[in-house]
Amino acid sequence: MPISDWFKAREQRRYTTPTAVPTADVPDGVWVRCEGCKRTLYMGDLERSEMVCPSCGKHHDITAPERLAMLLDEGSFVEADAGMRSTDPLDFTSGKAYVDQIAAAEERTGLNEGFISGTAAIGGHAVVVGAMDFRFIGASMGSVVGEKITRAFERALQLRTPLVLVTASGGARMQEGMLSLMQMAKTSAAAARLAEARVPYIAILTNPTMGGVTASFATLADVLIAEPGALIGFAGPRVVEQTIRKTLPKGFQSAEALLANGMIDMVVDRRELAATVGSLLAYLGSGDE
Amino acid sequence: MEFERPLEELEQKLASLKRVDVSEQPELAAEIGELEAEIGRLHQTLYTALTPWERVQISRHPERPKTDDYIEALFTDVIELHGDRLFRDDEAMFAGLATLDGRRVAVLGHRKGKNTNENIRRNFGSPHPEGFRKAERLMHLADRFGLPIVSFLDTAGAYPGIEAEDRGQALAIAECLAALSQVRVPVVVVGIGEGGSGGALAIGFGDRLIMLENAYYSVISPEMCATILHKDARRASETSACLQLTAQDLLRLGLADEVVCEPLGGAHRDPAATFASVRGAIGRTLGELSPIAPDALVEARYSRLRAIGAYAGE
Ligand SMILES: [Zn+2]
Repeated sequence: MPISDWFKAREQRRYTTPTAVPTADVPDGVWVRCEGCKRTLYMGDLERSEMVCPSCGKHHDITAPERLAMLLDEGSFVEADAGMRSTDPLDFTSGKAYVDQIAAAEERTGLNEGFISGTAAIGGHAVVVGAMDFRFIGASMGSVVGEKITRAFERALQLRTPLVLVTASGGARMQEGMLSLMQMAKTSAAAARLAEARVPYIAILTNPTMGGVTASFATLADVLIAEPGALIGFAGPRVVEQTIRKTLPKGFQSAEALLANGMIDMVVDRRELAATVGSLLAYLGSGDE
Repeated sequence: MEFERPLEELEQKLASLKRVDVSEQPELAAEIGELEAEIGRLHQTLYTALTPWERVQISRHPERPKTDDYIEALFTDVIELHGDRLFRDDEAMFAGLATLDGRRVAVLGHRKGKNTNENIRRNFGSPHPEGFRKAERLMHLADRFGLPIVSFLDTAGAYPGIEAEDRGQALAIAECLAALSQVRVPVVVVGIGEGGSGGALAIGFGDRLIMLENAYYSVISPEMCATILHKDARRASETSACLQLTAQDLLRLGLADEVVCEPLGGAHRDPAATFASVRGAIGRTLGELSPIAPDALVEARYSRLRAIGAYAGE
């Protein structure tokens, strides 16, 4: 689906993380409440600032299509591997049946899975690109997400074109059991091959990037960028809290904490992201150029 | 273990009967014989149709042979190597050089303790980032000097703590995965107990995966899965079946290459027999892998990973 259609589809979305403020004479969603400063904002203003609150700088979560529209040169995106869909290899029925969860996520998002990828340009630089969509079962990495990410690495290698991946994921997809866990090894192996071939890979870690995604391909990039306030880690905060039985320090697992701990290269405002990636690509180019 | 209770009760009864002088009460001899037969039958029914959850419990049995036991029983000339060169030595991870029947290898393994003191030092076998960075260091060393890697899995998972997160738990695991995918030496992984998620995977894939009959390997612990799905960890029995985490499941899914049979009741019932089987399996596997050229080995390892996953459409 071309990006322009995604923009249209966006109007139907129920995924506004800022809370809609109902009023008597305007349609729902025109006025929203910022989750950061609680101010009431005009949705149009928020959209124009890429869903970053113009007042407090809070980065609201966005979908993968929105992300690509914001990051990529207009009209440059050609989607790849669009037809891949998840099956239910383990016949997983504990809790809500996995097949039903997939169907519901497809219905809700209009996507086939939690990762969209293809080729595009950023600031005039050709890239292989991909973005995860947290709305789709937490963009957890099952067989399809793992395979599409691996293919993105392989495409970047084959084309000797820099890879830019935007992550947002709860981690592994437990409904696919060990097939999901092994996607960590698969994507990491593909990342190692791209690194060996000296083709640049830039990762943009967004809220939230956790578990098996952080512990595999996401952090194997040449340059690690995070969005302000993004939660990034291995174990979820609740699991850590339950394990150590202490209250977590403020800002634990935040992009800013990771920067201070030396785990990532930079924290970049969403509105500066495309320009930053473009500048990095100018330096790193493609290794053999 | 819970499911062994009926057996334990009979065994206790038998032991108390055996303390009585049979020559004074000859009718007891027959009762002892019957009891022994019943115990034998119960043994068979109990251990030949184990549920996944029962196997998980066996894999966690405190007396189950651990990485240290395998290293001591299988290898000679063991030299342990310490530290990640960055922060500290993590005792939850073993790294070293050793010889298996004349074959020099590098050995990795999660390290649970035998007693409380040891377990506290070893954090119950759950590594911090420095444990994974030590393992990664050994992977590179093995690669440089052409030593095959033998890796023993036995961890509930990477440690979920504040310091572990602050020091980059996820990044340390990711670096291990990248390194393991590229080493130009054979990598043989042996699941001896628990295979808990990313912390197991960090040293847990390679050219061959050998699983002990009652070892498990899972994307998430059955308890955590039950907590997420049902807000009730007690439904772990149900989720352990759904997750398909047993050695037999992994063999069927094409992820494991071989399942090593354990003595009836589990490896702890006869460690010596277990060691002999595992030694045989590792030796055979290294024998198969050693003639393969490094390039072909790395390529085959990638193809092996590449084939994992189930999906529809292109
Ligand atoms: Zn705000």
